[in-house]
Amino acid sequence: MSTTAELLKQASELFPDEVVTSAHVRHFDLPLGAGRFALITLDNGHDHTKPTTFGPASLANLNTAIDQVEKEAADGEIIGVGITGKPFIFAVGADLKGVEILKEYEHALAIGKGGHEVFKRLSQLAVPTFAYYNGAAMGGGVEVGLHCTYRTVSAALPAFSLPEVFLGLVPGWGGCTLLPNLIGPEKAVSVIIENSLNQNKQLGGKQVYELGIADAIFEGADFLEQSLIWTAAVLKGELEIERPVIDRGEGWDQAVAKGRFVADSKVHGAAPAAYRALDIIAAAKNGDLQQGYDAEDKALADLIMGGELRSGIYAFNLVQKRGKRPAGAPDKSLARPVTKVGVVGAGLMASQLALLFLRRLEVPVVLTDIDQERVDKGVGYVHAEIDKLLGKGRINQDKANRLKALVSGVLDKAEGFSDADFIIEAVFEEIGVKQQVFAEVEAVAPAHAILATNTSSLSVSEMASKLKHPERVVGFHFFNPVAVLPLLEIVRGEKTDDASLATAFGVAKKLKKTAVLTKDAPAFVVNRILTRFMGEIQNIIDEGTPVEVAEKGVEPLGLPMSPLVLLELVGPAIGLHVSETLNRAFPDRFTVSPNLAAVVKAGKRGFYVYDSGKPELDPEVAALLKQGDSVLTEEQVRDRVLDAVAQEIGIMLDEGVVAEAQDIDLCLITGAGWPFHLGGITPYLDREGVSERVNGKPFLAQGVASVPA
Amino acid sequence: MPRTVRDVVFVDGVRTPFGKAGPKGIYHETRADDLVVKAIRELLRRNPGLDPKKIDEVAIAATTQIGDQGLTIGRTAGILAGLPQSVPGYSIDRMCAGALTAVTSVAGSVAFGAYDIAIAGGVEHMGRHPMGEGVDPNPRFVSEKLVDESALFMGMTAENLHDRYPQITKQRADEYAVRSQEKAAKAYANGKIQADLVPVSVRRTSPEAGETGWGLVTADEPMRPGTTLENLSGLKTPFRVHGRVTAGNAAGLNDGATASLIASEDFAREHDLPVKMRLVSYSFAGVEPEVMGYGPIPATEKALAQAGLSISDIGLFEINEAFAVQVLAFLDHYGIADDDERVNQYGGAIAFGHPLASSGVRLMTQLARQFEEQPHVRYGLTTMCVGFGMGATVIWENPHFEGDK
Repeated sequence: MSTTAELLKQASELFPDEVVTSAHVRHFDLPLGAGRFALITLDNGHDHTKPTTFGPASLANLNTAIDQVEKEAADGEIIGVGITGKPFIFAVGADLKGVEILKEYEHALAIGKGGHEVFKRLSQLAVPTFAYYNGAAMGGGVEVGLHCTYRTVSAALPAFSLPEVFLGLVPGWGGCTLLPNLIGPEKAVSVIIENSLNQNKQLGGKQVYELGIADAIFEGADFLEQSLIWTAAVLKGELEIERPVIDRGEGWDQAVAKGRFVADSKVHGAAPAAYRALDIIAAAKNGDLQQGYDAEDKALADLIMGGELRSGIYAFNLVQKRGKRPAGAPDKSLARPVTKVGVVGAGLMASQLALLFLRRLEVPVVLTDIDQERVDKGVGYVHAEIDKLLGKGRINQDKANRLKALVSGVLDKAEGFSDADFIIEAVFEEIGVKQQVFAEVEAVAPAHAILATNTSSLSVSEMASKLKHPERVVGFHFFNPVAVLPLLEIVRGEKTDDASLATAFGVAKKLKKTAVLTKDAPAFVVNRILTRFMGEIQNIIDEGTPVEVAEKGVEPLGLPMSPLVLLELVGPAIGLHVSETLNRAFPDRFTVSPNLAAVVKAGKRGFYVYDSGKPELDPEVAALLKQGDSVLTEEQVRDRVLDAVAQEIGIMLDEGVVAEAQDIDLCLITGAGWPFHLGGITPYLDREGVSERVNGKPFLAQGVASVPA
Repeated sequence: MPRTVRDVVFVDGVRTPFGKAGPKGIYHETRADDLVVKAIRELLRRNPGLDPKKIDEVAIAATTQIGDQGLTIGRTAGILAGLPQSVPGYSIDRMCAGALTAVTSVAGSVAFGAYDIAIAGGVEHMGRHPMGEGVDPNPRFVSEKLVDESALFMGMTAENLHDRYPQITKQRADEYAVRSQEKAAKAYANGKIQADLVPVSVRRTSPEAGETGWGLVTADEPMRPGTTLENLSGLKTPFRVHGRVTAGNAAGLNDGATASLIASEDFAREHDLPVKMRLVSYSFAGVEPEVMGYGPIPATEKALAQAGLSISDIGLFEINEAFAVQVLAFLDHYGIADDDERVNQYGGAIAFGHPLASSGVRLMTQLARQFEEQPHVRYGLTTMCVGFGMGATVIWENPHFEGDK
């Protein structure tokens, strides 16, 4: 047995649950009389809903297939070797489950080496090799093709990416080394770094061809046939494949520098993967492939044994799995159909909600408000947004007509809501107002209708308390911008029944939102944590630490924006309002900053001015600030803020606000945009020892978002 | 409104390689509609001068219009092939003469002036849709003795034809079959067949049938070159004890698709499209269903009469070899020798296979190629027998004809 085969055999013993991909070898005569050809098909035996992946046993199968074709090529029995995938899928890379279970550096190193040893054989056969990207190709799937002499891509291919950096890895089976050598460093950086950090943006077949990754593109209807005819022409020398000359001078360094700039702007140095990938791309300039492969192996092993990748995979699984099967949601068979939606209020938030319900549910949506002008404005907003979608070509005229016909506005709630199944209010955040609105709605709505509230901080139970049927009230808390942020906190009031809750989760799914079940606790999840986080920053500033030091203190977390920029986005007045609400609930932990109150009172929309193009403290705000004399270092700032966050999450879990720490992280990722490499926040708090320091124990068991014990 | 009947031409034709029906066949895991799509796309690739928007119709035949052969396959295959949505399509069924009827139907519309150019073809995946799938014959057929019970079983009708013509012995049928295999092998060796085939990628997941994974089909699977009389003499006669019809002297159960372009001659010439054959006449005829193999004779009589031709004017014959006996009955009727070199020069369905509703266009594609090679021939015909007692004949003129020399 070869050393590669032994390595893979040992690795596969660590991963008995692998969904094993077969590498079928089939022989046939190429068209044009070109000669005998061997085609390898990667297929895990499942349909396209379970995409083909590479674990150690899968790599071993590919290795065995290559043994066979290598011999046939050497013996002159075949003139070329191809590799393609099952219908709709080429291959989507390493099996992440196999990465998660790795506990030792040596094993992690073996994963990288194993892939390299197998894949690079495709570039060392006695005959040319061809990859036919017939369907989705990601990570190691892309990379196996990069080792081939030629590539074709299907115009129908929906998704092609090197998502490793997104997860916390590097494209380490040749991607970092081969791609810049194939298409040049600038394009390689855009694929490996930019797309990955841009929420794992996918390329389509046409882009793969235009980037020069594939040498030819063919339509989906007869992609493989045309690829094989093309192959025959290439092998007969009838087609010359030209590739651009790559600038191995300054241009290379500039491309890498640009990549670092992108990485800095996205993760602020907080996650290592992008930088490790860039180091390898930088070194690939000399064209020494083996040196690049060795660097990839080492980077993979380091990252696999580091916390960021584990957090990344944890976060990925939260979003992909837990986000789709919310913890604690009642059986979906209890859900009632929703065939008409009512929206109380026709302001901006209400209009945005109306648009969302309209687009996703495609049922009649009725807006009501206190005067005709507001109603008209709300409906007008929805119509204008539909026209924008039409203008961008996102919907066609028929769909626009349909949606516009479905939205209406009335003054009379009885007229609007008498046959509505789901009514959501988005009126002023004042408990008395909301109680009044619900009472009016209950008087006219059908008995089965769900009454939902988009409140961000009021008690859902209290809102329901004066109704005849409080069991049908649920909290339905969206995040701004509603069309962008995936999170929806679904709040169960004291009396909310399972059918109402199931209906709410059913609606959330149709809205394509990530629903998380929360208890009816003050400010629910995201706002509570963000308010505690911001409150602590505010306290630190109030006590005397300069604004820029306070801001810089949390920069290493790599959050999407600094605390004060976030405050500006939310609006200082709203921030203040929420802090007051939480202060009333938990006066010992939530403070109301006098400086913030002053800023709000002065009518300022934020702390910064952007006259120079960069945020600078507004001198008028600076003049308002009254600070103490306790000045912290950046590190002290960070410790204090993280301690506060860890304490708050610990208390929330004790109170049962959500089922598990996982839900907190899912909320922070999908509702606040907190990054994958932090795993939301609890994996990071555990990793940095904050949880232990504050709560005496980690939030997550070893191995959940960390290297297993 | 005065009208002028327009000349109709066969512009081009292609087909998939034919496969053997059943779990071991090359197309076992390939959809029927996909086979049609590959053929249509090849037709368009071969004729890049044709703007697909100008195609007026897609007529696709299938005998069993269920599942992947259902859903108005002429329309769905057009969309799947990437034709503009403005191009309509429909389905046709005349069993074995499906594709032939697709051609004559659109040809009639072209002559009338309704279309300028149309796609006509057929498909039959007899592996996915065995003969008789889902049929529900009216009980009156039997109770009122409208047809003999054997009429529904094509092999039995072939035995009946042997009864009618006792001079057509099993020996003659077998000799004919051996020649068909020989001629087909020779045509392959000379590259006459491959030029009109579109390669088809095929997937296999079951190892019992051979190597698994994706493969490429570039040749007909049913071919049995080197077949001898001895090979054939021992075969079973599944339709009758001590019968004459065997798997060796009949076409098999097959999968495949064909497609052709039919246009007005003016349109073809204006758009620099090939003119491979000119339509002279076509005819269909009914006979007793229990001897359906006799059908080509009255159909040909009618088509000749329409054209004002006699059988001696026909220089090339493409006769579908559903059964050797049915070809021999035709030849005997016209006094043509069993091995006449004008008949099925490239061999026939006994060698290539006969995916029912697709075969008509195969006959035409082969006749077109023979016309090109033999400019001394002016007329040729394509003819086939059809289930439930029918025959179908199309007479074509060779546009390459150089005059009587």
